[in-house]
Amino acid sequence: MINDKVAEPAVAADKPAPASSRLIKDAVIRLAGNSQDGIQAIGGFLARLAGRTDKDVMTYMTIPATISGGPSIFQVRLGTGEVLSAGDEVDVLVAFYQHSYRDHVDTLREGGILLYDSDHVKHEPDGRAYRAIGVPITSRTVEAIGGTAKDKGKNMFVLGLLARMYELDVPKLEQMLTAYYKGKGEDVVRNVLLAFHAGYGYNVTETFSFRPGEARQTRGQIVTDGNQAIAYGALAAGVRFGAGYPITPWSTIMEILRQELPKYGGIFVQAEDELAAVAMACGSSYAGYTAITGSSGPGLSLKSEAIGWAIMAEIPLVMIDVQRGGPSTGLPTNVEQSDLNLARYGSHGDSPRIVIAPGSVEDCFYTTIEAVKLAREYSCPVIVLTDQALATRVETWEKPDFSKCVRDISPRFEPRGPNYKPYEDSAEGVAQHAPPGTPMLDGKYPIVTGLEHDEYGHPAARPANHVMMVAKRRRKLKVLESRLPKVEMHGANEGNVLLVGWGSTRGPIQEAVDRARASGESVSAIHLRYLMPLQPGIKEIMDAFNHVFVVELNDEGLYGYGQLAGILRASFCDPRISGINKTDGLPFKVREILDRMNEKLKAAKTPVLA
Amino acid sequence: MIAEAKNVTIPEAKPAAPARYTKKDLVADQPTWCPGCGDFSVLAIYFKMMEKRQVPHEKITSVAGIGCSSRFPYFVNAHGVHFLHGRAAALATGVSLMRPDLHVFVFGGDGDAFSIGGNHLEHAARKNVKMTYVIMDNQVYGLTKKQTSPTSPLGFKSKTDPTGAIDYPINPIKKLLAAGATFIARTHSHLPNHVMEMMEKAMDHDGFSVIECLSECTEFYPGAFDAANPRKGGLFQLIPPGHAVTDEVAAYKLAMADFPGYFGVFYHVQRPTKNTLENRIIADAKSRAGNASPADLLKKTFERFS
Repeated sequence: MINDKVAEPAVAADKPAPASSRLIKDAVIRLAGNSQDGIQAIGGFLARLAGRTDKDVMTYMTIPATISGGPSIFQVRLGTGEVLSAGDEVDVLVAFYQHSYRDHVDTLREGGILLYDSDHVKHEPDGRAYRAIGVPITSRTVEAIGGTAKDKGKNMFVLGLLARMYELDVPKLEQMLTAYYKGKGEDVVRNVLLAFHAGYGYNVTETFSFRPGEARQTRGQIVTDGNQAIAYGALAAGVRFGAGYPITPWSTIMEILRQELPKYGGIFVQAEDELAAVAMACGSSYAGYTAITGSSGPGLSLKSEAIGWAIMAEIPLVMIDVQRGGPSTGLPTNVEQSDLNLARYGSHGDSPRIVIAPGSVEDCFYTTIEAVKLAREYSCPVIVLTDQALATRVETWEKPDFSKCVRDISPRFEPRGPNYKPYEDSAEGVAQHAPPGTPMLDGKYPIVTGLEHDEYGHPAARPANHVMMVAKRRRKLKVLESRLPKVEMHGANEGNVLLVGWGSTRGPIQEAVDRARASGESVSAIHLRYLMPLQPGIKEIMDAFNHVFVVELNDEGLYGYGQLAGILRASFCDPRISGINKTDGLPFKVREILDRMNEKLKAAKTPVLA
Repeated sequence: MIAEAKNVTIPEAKPAAPARYTKKDLVADQPTWCPGCGDFSVLAIYFKMMEKRQVPHEKITSVAGIGCSSRFPYFVNAHGVHFLHGRAAALATGVSLMRPDLHVFVFGGDGDAFSIGGNHLEHAARKNVKMTYVIMDNQVYGLTKKQTSPTSPLGFKSKTDPTGAIDYPINPIKKLLAAGATFIARTHSHLPNHVMEMMEKAMDHDGFSVIECLSECTEFYPGAFDAANPRKGGLFQLIPPGHAVTDEVAAYKLAMADFPGYFGVFYHVQRPTKNTLENRIIADAKSRAGNASPADLLKKTFERFS
């Protein structure tokens, strides 16, 4: 088991325990307050500190959809060794308000610690075995900072408390706080440090220290969220034009690109709507600069027509879809993986395109680079399916080797022809696009069009031509399929249960496999990074297991399986494939996956796992 | 210039065609338009203007959406795009911003520009993206065989308004003025010299230039613009010489004239283009970042993440 907590005796609430420092492998800390309390800042500093001290970190954040205010949480799991999920149960819950306490106390594990602001929270012992520690967070903070600070700085006080509890590296934290706040003035830095030290000086009686991790030979750790990784991935990939329209949770990608692209000589346009954003991106790609656009589900719906144009005209294009709960406006700040069918098929006509999904924050960076590469190599749109959980999740990952991943994809205008055929019916079926400015040696220039066309790009509605061109556009995806890497297996190559996942559920699924295998059960998992085309060898892998469950954050549908499961059933004619689905707008917990798996096995009259 | 800012050299033309090209070199497919269609005139003027201006052949770029007039790029032997219905201006924005070496021409009709693409027209105008948009207004949907268009006059009988149009028509010039276009002209396809004059002025304008060209649909709305065609006994009324083209209110008043209204340049002002402003942002950002290479910029940024 990954989460090997030290068993603690159940202690009656509010009774102080003797000071002790226990060695732990990881810690799950949930901060619950309101959105203006700066709890994300606490989480952010903890995450970055972890990154600097060779710990892995995974965070989970919910943000209210309202403009400001409203309950908000940030959960951070710090640990030595790979942290795969944000943690099912909480070791320490920090509750700023009564509602924070009320709504989240059930997430505490047995023997966990409730740290509540005794100025705001009235604790009601409920007989559950956790330790409740009341700290006058608000009044102590005001006392520390003085003046008219009101309750600002509570987050720094709590950071101090946690630094004490987990024996964190105080000089490093001070350094980070000073660097972060120095732009806001010396007074702010002073107050931040005063609040921090007031918290650090408060005797919480319970301390833990992390087991030393394995020393790493790396380029160093960095800490980012998924959307940052995508934005900088696009920059590394050489993208110099982007266009988008604001929508949660995609907006932060466009904000970063708007700020950063000019330094790289590029432009990001905030378009008048989603339709214009994708049209502008098509224009830039046509002009020779492979462009990026993006949105969430509602925007992908709107952009589907232009994606179809880029498929027909064979123009490279990268479309990021940060999925959220749907349909319609749905759940703007919650996670769902329900845009898979839209990403794969959305657009009229037979419209083959590439769909890939990153499985972690680090993967967001490399998937975006790959998306740009594939869009250019196969001259078609590539849709990157990330989601709200991955977008806002903060992880530590190894600093990229920029000497290897930075690309220059400036256009080339070397003369073409004679008899230039942009859409030649070649073995690989990939179009050879010539941007405007390219001289044509025989003086005959191509038009790029959404009409069905012949090999020269000339409109052609002849039956045989359409048959040929539909096959050509399909064929290039078959070529890509044959070049894709084999699916990575987590666990043994054969056994009783195979879990299949895609996108942001990778961590919890792998952790579920680890737990099940640790208790001797025969469970493995595969993670599908390429969703169109699919990687080779999937059928052979599935055939080596008794049960195949596709774990997805979308609806189980009318027949008991979700979107990827439907695709796999249709692709491989395997009726055993069924779904473990969830639509509560929250990431999968490891326990949920295991419980649902056991229910399924029970229903199948198979021995139940532990 | 973007090309400079990116350190990308866009090679100067090594013309594959003869040093000077003629109209004939620009002729591609035989237009699919009906005999007598006003769009022929715009096409002929485009050829004539390019022949006169000698824009390097490989840099002529024509963009269009969907509609009869939007078939335009197929009839020009030059680079071109046949895009989606209504979104030509948005696509042209992407081309224009990234390719300062091109002067992008957009061709389309009234349905494309004012109905399905109304929002894009307004925002391209407002952003003052450098391009020339020629709107061939025939006041009817021709490609789909006679439905009411956003500029069809009240009472116009079509397949979708068998008892006559009841929706108040858009006044293109008023719409363009309100949107913030920096060059707005109106012409009539039966007066090729005037079309040429407007097209050249539009091409010379540094910004978003737009021409509404009354262009008769002989099939579904014959005689629509006879009232402004001297050869049909109409009056082609030029904008009064005293009109100040920088006076937006005066332009608006001229645009209010009863059909067939005035012809000529309604409005012409200089405002920095989005192209220029973006390049300024690029120049400033690059200079502040010490003109660092992409790899160095990324390295520096990622230092902050560690």
